[in-house]
Amino acid sequence: MNNRRVKQFVAAIGVPRLIIMGYLLILLIAMPFMGLQIEMLYTQAFGRIGMYGVLVLAMLPAIESGIKMNMALPLGVICGLIGGVLSLDWGFSGWMGLFLAVLISIPIAVVVGILYGMLLNKIKGSEMMIATYTGYTAVAIMCIVWMAMPVNNAEVRWPQGNGVRNIVTLTGKYEKILDHFLEIRITEELVIPTGLFLTVALACFLMWLFMRSKTGIMMKTAGSNPVLAEANGISVDRMRILGMTLSSVLGAVGIIIYSQSYGFYQFYMAPLNMAFIAVAAILIGGATVGRATVFHVIFGTVLYQSIMTFTLPIANVIMPEGTLSEIVRIIIQNGIILYALTKAGESQ
Amino acid sequence: MTGQIKKIWKENVVTLVFIVLCLLGFAASGQTFSYVFSEVSSRLFRNFGLVFSLVIPVIAGIGLNFGIVLGAMAAQAAFIFVTHWRFQGVAALVLVALISTPLSILFGWLLGKLFNKTKGQEMITGMITGFFANGIYQLFFLVLIGTLIPMKDDRIMIYNGIGIKDTLKFEDSVANALDNIWKVRLDRIYWVFVLLGMVCLGILIWKTREEKAPGYRNRLAVYGAWEAALLVVLALCLWNGDVQMALKFTSIPMVPLILMVLMGLMVNIVLKTKLGQDFRAIGTSQKVAAASGIDVDRTRIVAIILSTILAAWGQIIFLQNIGNFNTYSSHEKVSLFAVAAILVGGASTRKATVKQCIIGIILFHTLFVIAPLAGKALLNDAAYGEYFREAISYGVITLSLVLHISSRKKGKRV
Repeated sequence: MNNRRVKQFVAAIGVPRLIIMGYLLILLIAMPFMGLQIEMLYTQAFGRIGMYGVLVLAMLPAIESGIKMNMALPLGVICGLIGGVLSLDWGFSGWMGLFLAVLISIPIAVVVGILYGMLLNKIKGSEMMIATYTGYTAVAIMCIVWMAMPVNNAEVRWPQGNGVRNIVTLTGKYEKILDHFLEIRITEELVIPTGLFLTVALACFLMWLFMRSKTGIMMKTAGSNPVLAEANGISVDRMRILGMTLSSVLGAVGIIIYSQSYGFYQFYMAPLNMAFIAVAAILIGGATVGRATVFHVIFGTVLYQSIMTFTLPIANVIMPEGTLSEIVRIIIQNGIILYALTKAGESQ
Repeated sequence: MTGQIKKIWKENVVTLVFIVLCLLGFAASGQTFSYVFSEVSSRLFRNFGLVFSLVIPVIAGIGLNFGIVLGAMAAQAAFIFVTHWRFQGVAALVLVALISTPLSILFGWLLGKLFNKTKGQEMITGMITGFFANGIYQLFFLVLIGTLIPMKDDRIMIYNGIGIKDTLKFEDSVANALDNIWKVRLDRIYWVFVLLGMVCLGILIWKTREEKAPGYRNRLAVYGAWEAALLVVLALCLWNGDVQMALKFTSIPMVPLILMVLMGLMVNIVLKTKLGQDFRAIGTSQKVAAASGIDVDRTRIVAIILSTILAAWGQIIFLQNIGNFNTYSSHEKVSLFAVAAILVGGASTRKATVKQCIIGIILFHTLFVIAPLAGKALLNDAAYGEYFREAISYGVITLSLVLHISSRKKGKRV
């Protein structure tokens, strides 16, 4: 009896997830013995969890509305970057700068989300593939746009002429403005970025409320059982567009939150990385290709980012040369996505 | 009649758009025809294997096999060891082929099993598996070599004794080994190809007229058009200065050419066998195929194994032409460029032929070569051209996939 319960438990959580949780446990135990600066690492981990929180949350409406994992997150990210670059170019800083970036990017993200959602409705069944390549195409086209864009602010512009820089620093503008807001300094090195956590918590709470609202339930139904939804008068196509739009908006806001914590806006090819990190995080948290909850978002972000934060210094102790941590990231990230794909395939 | 034209347009939109882009780009770049022609020619003889490997999975209904990068990695792993053992010349390449083939079979088998668990999502699965396998590959060659797997080789390993170097230069006798076996300048030999083409077409025309199969008049018209085209080509070669310049400039590596013909024939012959018919059957409908007694899962695995093997051989031909390789990044864009090429050639997720591969490689790589040069000429910055090239590669795949999948939804068979 006990054996079967254990087996069911393991099957429900999934072997890869258990492996990942076990790996994190090993890291946590090993850390004090390796002579690393624990407090600084925990602070970093907190920071990274907050940074990525909203980006991972962006996956939720997409998954729940039936368009599976939003591999086209770079689209939303680009909208956020446009807001960011404009807010900087016009010389805004501090809270004004942050809010302006968000304010500009949201309508752009809505339009992009609606258009792209309409495209997705034409290719039901192959959303993930098209999403990935739409993301790549958009990023490549934006590279040309970033290069050609007339930028006034010298700090944003390439020194030798036109175009946005690769990386634009936010120092002195609104770097870590959310992180430092109401931050709790436990010790010299151990700091909790309260403002950041509050922002992510607010976003998650709003999403949680939305999913309980009438529209949210309609969206969930459309995603999990399209036939039933249509029979009840719910326009599945419309719900998918809604899911995509929400995802884009969260992606835009998410990258602004991420950038203010990281300290830089990263343009050109950088948005591509965001999608896979967010997808992997929500999957690690327990979501599947067809179902996700806010708990998955939070749990997954905590797990994934902790692993990423703690692996690097430990890997450097074990192997001072080499990119072992990067390799671990590639294996974990893509391994969990593969696992989710096989699970989705089995359930079909 | 309009319906037919519309159909041809829809099925070949990507190819046609690309032809226009190439012509425009060529005009804008200000390059000579010779340069472009010889560049594209050498790229054709470098990339054909990788693109051919995509044909069988498409026919078998698995879609575009983004997992061919596994075959490329098998070839690279073999290259690393063969270089470590200091083999020389063509023998080294043969050894690489011999080692990479069983590796490819293993990888193909694993990938095939994975595809069987993710039916319907094979393309994204292939892509992610490629990334995942890249992680394992890096783990093996960057971390495990020198530590858990004892190897000591100052030439190819990083100075501290762990991991293979970033750029691996082949032995001098190995680089271009296949190309150099027999090279002929095109201006000496073009007439052979043209005459051969005309003779083959002549035979085809004669046979079609004899058999009088249904629709033979249309086919006769097409063959006649091809004959006329070949005559035009001949005339250009004899009397046009630009074309003659290009012929003098270009050397055809005969062994890769022969390999290309052989590989192309091999793919087509396999498709004509019982196995090939099984592929077509499961490509059309897995249910019907299963009902006729075909082991769908096993046949799919065989298709992927064949694809992976061809990809490995294709990567061998690719790398020997380049002469060195970036241990950790040479295989990155393999799937992307091969898929883009075959899509440009007119293939879809359900239909692919060897002919489309060749057309696709020529068109795709022409734009690939021209875009940065056009960017530099038009906007004084080659970087525009490079980004443009990437945008085109990705955009072509996106556009193609959207067109094919959305029209499939409407019930048309594309």
